[in-house]
Amino acid sequence: MNPLLAYTLFLGDSTLILSQRNSEWCGHGPILEQDIAITNISLDLLGQARNFYTYAASLKGDGSTEDSLAYMRTEREFMNPLIVELERGDWARTILRQFFFSQYQQLLFEQLKDLPDEQLAAIAEKSLKEVNYHVRWSSEWVIRLGDGTKESKQRITTAIFELYSYTGELFEPASYEVALVATGVAVDPSTLKEEWMENVKKVFDRATLELPEPIFMQKGGKQGIHTEQLGFLLAELQYLQRVYPGSEW
Amino acid sequence: MDLGIVRDVVIEDDKIEIIITPTYSGCPAMDAISMNIRLELISHGYTNIKITSVLSPAWTTEWMSETGKEKLRTYGIAPPNARQQFCNDVFAADETVQCPKCNSSQTSKISEFGSTACKSLYQCRDCLEPFDYFKCH
Repeated sequence: MNPLLAYTLFLGDSTLILSQRNSEWCGHGPILEQDIAITNISLDLLGQARNFYTYAASLKGDGSTEDSLAYMRTEREFMNPLIVELERGDWARTILRQFFFSQYQQLLFEQLKDLPDEQLAAIAEKSLKEVNYHVRWSSEWVIRLGDGTKESKQRITTAIFELYSYTGELFEPASYEVALVATGVAVDPSTLKEEWMENVKKVFDRATLELPEPIFMQKGGKQGIHTEQLGFLLAELQYLQRVYPGSEW
Repeated sequence: MDLGIVRDVVIEDDKIEIIITPTYSGCPAMDAISMNIRLELISHGYTNIKITSVLSPAWTTEWMSETGKEKLRTYGIAPPNARQQFCNDVFAADETVQCPKCNSSQTSKISEFGSTACKSLYQCRDCLEPFDYFKCH
């Protein structure tokens, strides 16, 4: 696959899958205002995914649309990092995942918006404004949970233990990133890692939480090798279009 | 126009093109906005209509006109502050927002996200009115 197309799909898949996971909270949030917050973040991510998919469809140029890319591809064709597909777990785990991902997206889009591909740069510039709010909201929650009660601290500590090994993949270039970094079209994700660690640590310090020691890092999603959990997510996401192909509202 | 969503209008012979930009990537109102623009133009006799959506430069609340802000206030939505006090490093620094009903500045933020992605939820401590604040963007 053409690396620019693969990279655009990777960006779209990452936002679509996290949007779908977060939207599972709709009607189940801990309180009404936070239920609204997490679903608004889902909506922002979905909008970003639509922009990436629309661009990917034009690159493909074979009649694909944003909808066919979201609804008619199989697991192995999705290139999202594993961290976004994991089950939502409790509120602490959802918050921590959003926090890790938003901190990464912020650094990624800050660079992408200045790179030469005009469409990717425009989507990054647009999305960054939204991501800044996601970083702020999730950071406040990490602090609240970490520096909160005995139970909230225990829950977010468990979430750190469960999710940290999925953060390494964000900074490890996939084959399409390597190809595009060579021509200056993609952000080299390995250059984001140090600043990401610093930003995470700043919030963790205020939350009285510790970053784990370096451990074995999971990977595969960015190259289409996923956990079992993505299949269940796609089954729900794609059900209607699989059963009634092409149906519209 | 008042919200800064319409960026440009290009008229060539009988063709009219309207350039619009979304407020937020996932704004669900964009389809309705395009549809309304189209219907309005049709009612004015245009038939060759093109509506183009652009992402860059990214929409900002600075493009809202004073009339637009006044319309929001009348509707009960606090318009964006002229200068954003948003700062990434100060997590708990809330914007001071004036209550659109009684103009009091004694208000507090209830939630970063309100009924839509572009707004957050505030409550007035004087008149107790809960209201939406259109976030700086």
